[in-house]
Amino acid sequence: MGLLTDLKSSVSRAVSSLFSDEDPKRIGIYGPPNAGKTTLANRIARDWTEHGDAVGPESHVPHETRRARRKENVEIERDGKTVTIDVVDTPGVTTKVDYTEFLEHDMEKEDAVRRSREATEGVAEAMHWLREDVDGVIYVLDSTEDPFTQVNTMLIGIIESQDLPVLILANKIDREDSSVKRIRNAFPQHETIPLSALEGDNMDEVYDKIAEYFG
Amino acid sequence: MADLKQPNGVQIDLISAARMDGLASMEKIRLILDGVRDGNIVILEEGLSPDEESKLIEVTMTEISPDEFNGIEIETYPRSETADASFLDRLMGRESTNKLTVIGPANQIETLHKDETIIQTLVSRK
Repeated sequence: MGLLTDLKSSVSRAVSSLFSDEDPKRIGIYGPPNAGKTTLANRIARDWTEHGDAVGPESHVPHETRRARRKENVEIERDGKTVTIDVVDTPGVTTKVDYTEFLEHDMEKEDAVRRSREATEGVAEAMHWLREDVDGVIYVLDSTEDPFTQVNTMLIGIIESQDLPVLILANKIDREDSSVKRIRNAFPQHETIPLSALEGDNMDEVYDKIAEYFG
Repeated sequence: MADLKQPNGVQIDLISAARMDGLASMEKIRLILDGVRDGNIVILEEGLSPDEESKLIEVTMTEISPDEFNGIEIETYPRSETADASFLDRLMGRESTNKLTVIGPANQIETLHKDETIIQTLVSRK
């Protein structure tokens, strides 16, 4: 009987380590459209995965990412330890989508309408992931833009209400009009890390913090 | 809600906290979006909870339709640090969400200025 109990408990330990402790945490990359979320996801994938495949296409046209995309088992090495995470690149969150804005990017009406429909589905999907399926959040902001928007305030509030660990990244510091201070002032309750995902500036600190927050 | 709209006017629905209190989350969202889709400006005496805000964004997205409904503009006073509920407060269900909230159709409402004490918006007719 003792043997059976021992066996049961070791099986239960093995199962629990398989499905809990060892499961990589799903880290959602969130933020408004055009903040550089996919550029960051691609840089992380390039830096830490064997083949370095891109997570998704990058573009200056808003709502290029219209489906949440997951890159599994990204192993980030810091101080001799390995932190394994799944990176989930999500569509930029907004409360409005107007297809006529895409017409300004030399798009035909039919393509613009399709893009706007896909964008709305993508935002709904991103919100669902946030409520149900992520273990932590990297919140990416364009440091050349005013961070004090309603969408940012609401999303940070939603993330805080779920007690998810959140790391705020002030992206695009390679631009002249970048202001990291403005972002720090907007969200003083969280740590803000400056970076340029495009140029790869300050990525070492970003990876240190990812390991610290989500490891 | 009775349609009191005058020709060339903009209807404003001021919804009391008492009215919202008795409603389930989806009923609140329906009440807001039905008003906004009719071209009304909806003002909530008390705002929504973060979870309800998340659902409001999600439902709004499913209702956007080209040339008909572009989504919503929503504004609340920014949360000041001192007004933030502590973890213990949230645990005990004492989360404070009582922030006056203005919601309108994205193509009719534009925020001019917002700080912790004032929200200034420009509302245009359809």
